[in-house]
Amino acid sequence: MTRSIVYSVFLALIVAVVLVFLVAFPFGQNKMGVGQYYLDNTVKQTGAENVVTAITLEYRGFDTLGEVTVLFAAATGVSLLLYLTDEEKKRRRNPRVQPNFVVRVGSRIIFPFVVLFGLYIIVHGHLTPGGGFQGGAIIASGVLMLYLANPDMHVSRNNLLITEGLAGLTYVLLGTAGLFTAGRSFLANFLPLGTPGLVLSAGILLPLYIAVGVKVGSEFSGIIDDLFSQAGETGGEA
Amino acid sequence: MIYVAWFLILLTIGFAVLSVHLKDLLAAVILMGASSLIVSVLFVFLQAPDVAMSEASIGAALTMAIYIIVVKKTEASEK
Repeated sequence: MTRSIVYSVFLALIVAVVLVFLVAFPFGQNKMGVGQYYLDNTVKQTGAENVVTAITLEYRGFDTLGEVTVLFAAATGVSLLLYLTDEEKKRRRNPRVQPNFVVRVGSRIIFPFVVLFGLYIIVHGHLTPGGGFQGGAIIASGVLMLYLANPDMHVSRNNLLITEGLAGLTYVLLGTAGLFTAGRSFLANFLPLGTPGLVLSAGILLPLYIAVGVKVGSEFSGIIDDLFSQAGETGGEA
Repeated sequence: MIYVAWFLILLTIGFAVLSVHLKDLLAAVILMGASSLIVSVLFVFLQAPDVAMSEASIGAALTMAIYIIVVKKTEASEK
């Protein structure tokens, strides 16, 4: 009885707050000048056609470093709970059900195209929608497909950890390099901006997003590997 | 266009409420993934393709896959 009263009070509060905000702030209208500033100046200042990428890596590059760190902490937490050595994994994965031939071979044929699409998204992050996070997640979903289709699939966790660490180090080193150039600030864009619209343009945004993409891809693949190699009730397959 | 958006919003809310209340965890996870996918369509309506791509690849694909693996390896239904 008391619980339902508490629920109704909270529901009424939430509805009231949402209604107040809907009335007070018209949805989708620009209330601040900063958005227009970015739209007007991004191409001139950063050489990136995609304004969202310019904001996440150039104007708010330090925030993205924090975001990558949070993801790293999450992946490390999963490893901490589920880590197995490579020999132990081979011993534990004992599939009772083999997926059929078409699924196994088909997944191996599709995988390179998935990775190619992910790389395309990463490399064109400063030109078209997408970027390191999205491309990395697409590559990781390709790895997930391989794991689903091949029960004896196995990626070396240590290699993934090394790749992930090197990608994170690249981001930090590129940022630190900015301290010793004309900009004198962390993550200053010290490379030539080039012609907006070309792949090799926008200075350090391209290498930064490649680093982020590799890092996100290897982190998610690592999480998938950790989850799959833990034998549960169903044996090894999921 | 706005009616399609309203329909999708109501569908998302419905899926979200259902996925909380369902006892069958696999069905709940699939509904959660479907609601993420609809949200990513709504992001396209709001002209945010970058966010839509993140939502579709992480919210709908990877999160759902991780949840399904966990459900398969633990208990399939809520008591």
